[in-house]
Amino acid sequence: MMSFLQTYGAQLLVKTWQHLYISAFALLLGVIVAVPIGVLLTRANGTVANVVMSIASMLQTIPAMALLALMIPFFGIGKIPAIVALFIYSLLPILRNTYLGMKDVEPALIDAAKGMGMTSGQSIIKVEVPMAAPVIMSGIRLSATYVIAWAALASYIGAGGLGDFIFNGLNLYRTDLILGGSIPVIILALVVDWLLGKLEAAVTPRTTQA
Amino acid sequence: MEHLNKTYPGGKVAVEDFNLEIEKGEFVCFIGTSGSGKTTTMRMINRMLSQTSGTIKLNGEDISKMDPVKLRRQIGYVIQNIGLMPHMTIRDNITLVPRLLKWPQDKMDERAKEMIKLVELPEDYLDRYPSQLSGGQQQRIGVVRALAADQDLVLMDEPFGALDPITREALQDLVKDLQERLGKTFVFVTHDMDEALKLSTRIVIMDGGEIMQVDTPDGILRHPANEFVENLIGKDRLIQARPSITTVGQVMLKDPIATTPGKSLTDALRLMHDKRVDSLLVTDEAGILKGVIGIEDVDYNFNSATSVSDIMKKDLFYVQSNSLIRDTVERILKRGLKNIPVVDDNHRLVGIVTRATLVDIVYDALWGDEEADEETNNIHHGEDEDADSASAKGGEA
Repeated sequence: MMSFLQTYGAQLLVKTWQHLYISAFALLLGVIVAVPIGVLLTRANGTVANVVMSIASMLQTIPAMALLALMIPFFGIGKIPAIVALFIYSLLPILRNTYLGMKDVEPALIDAAKGMGMTSGQSIIKVEVPMAAPVIMSGIRLSATYVIAWAALASYIGAGGLGDFIFNGLNLYRTDLILGGSIPVIILALVVDWLLGKLEAAVTPRTTQA
Repeated sequence: MEHLNKTYPGGKVAVEDFNLEIEKGEFVCFIGTSGSGKTTTMRMINRMLSQTSGTIKLNGEDISKMDPVKLRRQIGYVIQNIGLMPHMTIRDNITLVPRLLKWPQDKMDERAKEMIKLVELPEDYLDRYPSQLSGGQQQRIGVVRALAADQDLVLMDEPFGALDPITREALQDLVKDLQERLGKTFVFVTHDMDEALKLSTRIVIMDGGEIMQVDTPDGILRHPANEFVENLIGKDRLIQARPSITTVGQVMLKDPIATTPGKSLTDALRLMHDKRVDSLLVTDEAGILKGVIGIEDVDYNFNSATSVSDIMKKDLFYVQSNSLIRDTVERILKRGLKNIPVVDDNHRLVGIVTRATLVDIVYDALWGDEEADEETNNIHHGEDEDADSASAKGGEA
């Protein structure tokens, strides 16, 4: 193990950073797009919401390798097609949790907010999103885990990341390279999940005194 | 509100031709069974729902032409589920509307303190969260939240329905007190007749989207407009509510001692002696009240007059048996009379109200509440057994 680190240590750091960078970018885009859509869906009628949810579910069923390969005609190879593909995967869990979390907010609260003269926007920002925050966050956590795992595949289209170790290991039949790529992916996923768990606790609205 | 209609898609009529004018400072209760349209009507006032036709005017201004958000900020709103924001402190909950109206911070802090004092909760509750308060305390906050931005009109939708009876009563007292002290106008939806009778200055009884009756609590108890209203009030409550609508006939002593004008003074004196009374009412053979003679009159005129008709006083004060105690008792007390004859519509003597009867009435009016249960029992026995006990039940408060 020490010898592995001596040989590949610097490379490992670079690849881990690439991996994290691709995943974070994709997830961030996912949040930026899916949360507002999820919020807006609660204001749209049921049919629209169903259609949007179905589309997101459909995107989720495309095999990861196929989706990555499909990106090449549009974006070539490298980081960008990888980020776009991972972003598409991150959408559904975030979208679904945002929508359901918002729908689950006690109707009495929304009624009270409206009845006291909040605009629809104020109600969303001050009441509904804070109340739905824990559910939305758990969707983001789920997406983060998926995205980090699938980012390993992105090396196939030249995006770099820890997937490079794994694919090299497979090609060269080197178990140490395979493990050297997959163990950091696992650790990365766990650490990110733990950090987002902390964030989830932080955004969960306080309902009792400290 | 004029000719207000609300029809839901699919033709279900929720409110039909609703007309009502509410004066400033009134406490109006909408009462009815589920689906009577009472909540629907209330929610149209702050445009939580919009009417199918008709107009609602607030201070002369058609609300359908107002910005609904601005409109709602000037109308207090209290709902059954309380609807406090669980992620905001009590302070932030109370000052929610002022914050929407962008009041300066110090004014909001001051208002929060003022408001929590109003509902008799300690000031340090301001930093607590709703989940740390009991249901009753939460709804107290719900009530002042609806007053914090100086709203003149407060809408309440079965606000105390989910509370236990003791808490509910305390909150009813609080709301009534606030309304009387602050002179706000309340529109209160309930299905609890006791609540409506206790709180309102006027009650609007609704059924199937239509107004059945609009009247004061007294008016509704005394003159229920139709069978539906009677059923809604309930037979029990009609009996309980009697103190305010007790008639003289219900409390008078029956079979008063009376004589006829043709009787001699000797006979009259003997009758007084036998019955241990100091005066006699005089009626003709048909029982029509003619006058009264007292022992002083008999003594003074014993030698000069022969028959009762010679000395009886004809101009005497009497009351109708179907007049209300409430209206009558003061007149009786003012005149300082000992006995007041009671007559029916045909001027026939039917009973007498004595000073002792008045004592019972006053006694019950002051302390009757505490003994209400006991008294009610007495009446049920008393009525069958003994007509004379009528005076004892003088108006079970």
